[in-house]
Order: sequence, then structure tokens, then C-alpha cells
Amino acid sequence: MFNVESWQEIFETMRKNKLRTFLTAFSVFLGIFILVILMGFSNGIENGVSSQFESDATNKISIRTGITTKGYQGLNPGRRLQLRNGDYDNLNQKFEENIEYKTATYSTWGGQVNYKTQQGSYRIEGANADQQFIENQSMVSGRFLNQADLLQKNKVAIIGQQMKMDLFKDEDPIGKMIMLNNNVNFQVVGVYTDPGGSREESRLFIPLTTAQQVFNAGQDIRSISYTVKMSEDFDEAVATSTAMSEAINQDLRNRFTVAPDDRSAVNVDNTLEEAKKIYGLIDTIRYVFWFIGIGTIIAGIVGVSNIMLIIVKERTKEIGIRKALGALPSQITGMILQEAIFITAISGLIGLLAGVFVLEALSPLVETDFLRYPKADLATSLTTLLILIVAGAFAGFIPARRAAHIKPIEALRDE
Amino acid sequence: MIEIKDLHKSYKTGNNSLHVLKGINFNVKEGELVSIMGSSGSGKSTLLNILGMLDEADEGSYTLDGTPIKNLNEKIAAQYRNKFLGFIFQSFNLINYKNAMDNVALPLYYQKLPRKEREERAMHYLEKVGLADWAEHLPNQLSGGQKQRVAIARALASDPKVLLADEPTGALDTKTSYEVMDLIQGINDEGRTILVVTHEPDIAQMTKRIVNLKDGRIIDDTLVNQVKALSNV
Repeated sequence: MFNVESWQEIFETMRKNKLRTFLTAFSVFLGIFILVILMGFSNGIENGVSSQFESDATNKISIRTGITTKGYQGLNPGRRLQLRNGDYDNLNQKFEENIEYKTATYSTWGGQVNYKTQQGSYRIEGANADQQFIENQSMVSGRFLNQADLLQKNKVAIIGQQMKMDLFKDEDPIGKMIMLNNNVNFQVVGVYTDPGGSREESRLFIPLTTAQQVFNAGQDIRSISYTVKMSEDFDEAVATSTAMSEAINQDLRNRFTVAPDDRSAVNVDNTLEEAKKIYGLIDTIRYVFWFIGIGTIIAGIVGVSNIMLIIVKERTKEIGIRKALGALPSQITGMILQEAIFITAISGLIGLLAGVFVLEALSPLVETDFLRYPKADLATSLTTLLILIVAGAFAGFIPARRAAHIKPIEALRDE
Repeated sequence: MIEIKDLHKSYKTGNNSLHVLKGINFNVKEGELVSIMGSSGSGKSTLLNILGMLDEADEGSYTLDGTPIKNLNEKIAAQYRNKFLGFIFQSFNLINYKNAMDNVALPLYYQKLPRKEREERAMHYLEKVGLADWAEHLPNQLSGGQKQRVAIARALASDPKVLLADEPTGALDTKTSYEVMDLIQGINDEGRTILVVTHEPDIAQMTKRIVNLKDGRIIDDTLVNQVKALSNV
């Protein structure tokens, strides 16, 4: 089957039957092309949505309190609820077994930061040592806060990459002194980067204990965040996380005597639950795209089979002549199959390349929050191409075999 | 060259069985030019198809060049056809997207000859039928007579033992018919065995022996004085 002679014969046949060759090639080309584009967009949506979650850990629970909006058990609305160190310790103790990382923060917006002649306004956050993991931050240089900083109320600061560039330019900030709010000197001990981008990197972290002292906050804290220990099973992790945030919610509502439906007074956010919804959505989108893609491929296969049937029908007489001249049945089957496989493979490959090319060209143009880097997975595309070739061969095989076993006398009678 | 004993063939159409050949006995020696005549339905085409291994007999024996032709599977039939037989059809049966030379070279492709040799031999036979200048033409650029000559060149290309011609002049006018018969006579004069199926008496007179079929039996088998086709042109 794979000798030069039979290839020459097939190329000649294809060259002399351009329309037929083109039609077969086009249906395969289109199938693969559409599949690659769909796959690219499916991946793009997935990338886009996933990146929305990158700025923080996905298994985060964050707790905030605010002002009550509803009267409850004789208490008036409008009360300001204040979390304190004691609340944090209580919750830590109660949910110890499910907690992976924990932090409480005390933050101020618009804090003024000076380094030599440079100055800027940044958010200053007092935090615990685990903050880094909860915010999904990684160190560019130096270190993050540690337990000793918190116990000794050290005046040390961790600055974001963006701040470093604003204030220090090319200088190495580690060990340098900066001044906060024009009255307290802090030593920079680390620079972090955050997948959330420059907005998240325009923050400065100092030990929570130091912050409470410097800002005269006493025992006050603004928020508490946890990450939940992840079990192997995602659904189980979601269940644990949901149960824990429910329990925390209940605990705080009892402690502050808040109406069960007062969202702004006590707010416990569970990222994992959100993540689950979004991942569910991504899955759905992916299934839909796959469904359409597979449908397209099936349509392509049906198209190829159809054309193969027509080809065999159209060539019945030719097959009869060839058989009368001494062609073996296997040579007839081989000839038709080889042609089908060759056309499918080449046009499929062209469709694949065209699809990848269009995605590459389109990729920089479409960058919304929910569609990033639309790229086709090469392995999947090649697998699909292979399936299409095999299917095309199979689709061609049945009519080809039938053709090969037509009695030449009947084939020659065919007008 | 050809020995046939007690050949039977029937076709089933629905519930009816049509007995087409009812015991044919018939020998052809090497170098003969035989015409098989008969009205339509006499079984002459069926006989030719069986001789050409395009169809199989129900009963009887068939020996070709000392080789018993029986229990053929498709593969062996194809090899025998390629080795022993050359076909000439009424409707020429050229492959319409191949030029004259490629059509002539096709049986050689199935003999697995290298391309160069195929082309040389194809050219040789095209010269023989007087169409060397038409080698690059497609069938639809040729006249009926030219097509049939290409088909004859193709039938000769594989150097077969026997040429089988089924109404070779059926689609041609008288003048062209005689030209084709002249070619066939010339090939026969070189010693090749040829069987011609025809219903035209003048064509039959140009062969050396006429076998008459009627209702599936041979009713007459006589040697004739061959009329040279060229004298009629």
C-alpha cells in the first residue's frame, strides 16, 4: 500500500478530480477548524475565570462586622459591632481542627508612607504571619512577618512590589527605614508579589500587635480570615468550609445579638463555595463546547462517509474496468482508503493549523476579564485529528470493500 | 488454448430461473480468430463473460492454456485476467480522467511494472494501433474509432494469451468498424488468439470461424473464408 507507485496513482486521481477532493477536504478542514476554535475559547473562558480567583486563596473564609440594619431582641438598629482580639482567640479555639491558616487584621486606608524624598499614600495593614498564605502572596525578597515580630511588636514592614517600585525605584529596600504617617519609623524586611496585580501590591503589612499600638486601636480588629484544611475530595472540602462559615456566622450573631438575616452587621464570606459555583459554570461551558465540538466532528465524519459513498458509486465503472484489467480486490480497497486517509489527514492538519493560527492572532485582541489566552490544547487537537482520520478511514472502508467485491461484469454494466 | 465442456449457466430473477447456457462444448486452438454470433438472448455475452472470468459457470469445465479455471476466488481471478486475457468492450471502457497512454499502461500497473517500462510499452502499443501522436489526449478528445484502438492497445499491453472482444464495432459506423476489424485481423495474423462476439454478419465474415448460438446451445460451428477488412474500406 505504501509504495511510490500507488502514491503516484492517487495523486493523479486527486489532481484529475479536483472538486471531489476539495469537497472531502473542506468538510474535514471545517470540522477540525471549528473544534480548535471552540476549544480555544473554552480554555480562554476557563483561564479568564480562574484568574479572577488567583488573587486570594480559594479556600478562604473572611469575617467582617459592621453596623446593624435591623432591630433584634429589643436592640435598636445602627449599632457598630467591633471585633476584638478575644473574638479571634475564641474562634481559633473553637474551629482549631479545620483551620489551616489564620489571620486577623487591623488596617487603615490612605496611610502616608515616606522614604527619603519619595512619598505616597498606601493601605497599611496590621496582620499575622499567616496572612501571606491567605492572600496568596509570594516573597520577591526578604521575609514575611513572623511570630517574633508579633510578640515583640517589632516595627517592621513588608511592602508590595508596586510600592517598592514607587518609592525605591532600583534601590534594594531591605533594611531601609520608612516613615508611616510622618511619625513612626519602620524597617522594610520583605517585598512581596500578589497575583491580584498592582492594586493588591500597593499595600504594606506590619505586625497586627504593632498596628494596634501605633494606631491606638487597643484590642480592636477589622477582619478575620481563615483558610480551611483541604481534603482530597473537593465536594467534601466545600461541605466542611460551608459548615464552618455557617457555625462562625451563628457564633458571632449570638455573641453580638444580631438578627439572622442582617448581612451587613455580620458578614462571613466563603470563597470556596463561590469557587465551586464558578468551577461548576466552567465545567458546564466546557461540556457545552465539547458537545458542539463533538457534534461538529460527527458531522464531519458523516460528510466524509457520504462523500466516500458517492465516490465509490461514481467510480463503480472505473473499478469494474480496473478489475477486468487485473486489479486485486485489496488494491481497489487500498486505493480508495489511501485516498480518503490522505485527504482527511492533510486537510485536518491544515484545519488544525488554521485554527491555532486564528486563535494566536485573536488572542491579543480579546482580553476581557472572562476571556484570557484562548489557546487550543495541542494534544487534544491531535487526538481529535487522529480520531477523524480513523473514522474517515472506517467510513471509507465499508463502501471501498463493497466496491472491491462488486463483480466486474456488473460494474461494467453500470452507466 | 480454450477448452470448454458441457457448460451450464442460469440466472435467478426472483422466482424465475433463466437457463442461459445449456451445455456448451467448444474448443479454440492457438492463433484462431473466432466470432460468436447469435441474436440477443442467445447467451453469447454470457459465454464471453465466463471465458473472461468476469462471471462463473454453474456446471462444466473450462481450461485456459492448460490451466483449469475453477473455484476462483477474486484474487486468483484477477491475477488470471491480468495474465491471460485482454478485454475489448463495445463501450470502450476507458478511464475518462486518464490520457490514452495512462489507459494503455494501466494493466501493466497491476503487473507491478516500474513506471518507465509501463510508459515505454504503452507507447509501443499506441504506435501499433497508430495513435502515438494521441498519447497525451483524454478519451473525450478522441473519436469512437480512436477510443476503440486505445482499448485494443490496452488489451494488448499485458501481452495476453487471448483477446476477448464484446461487440467491438457495436458503437462504430461501418467504415470505422472495418478499420478496427483490420487492426484485429492484423493482430491475429501475428498469431494471437482472438474471440469476437458480434451480431453483425459482415463482421463475422472477417473472422476465420463462426460459432452460432441459439437459446443457449451451439447450433452451428463452421470455418469460413476470411474476408479481409481492408478490401471493404
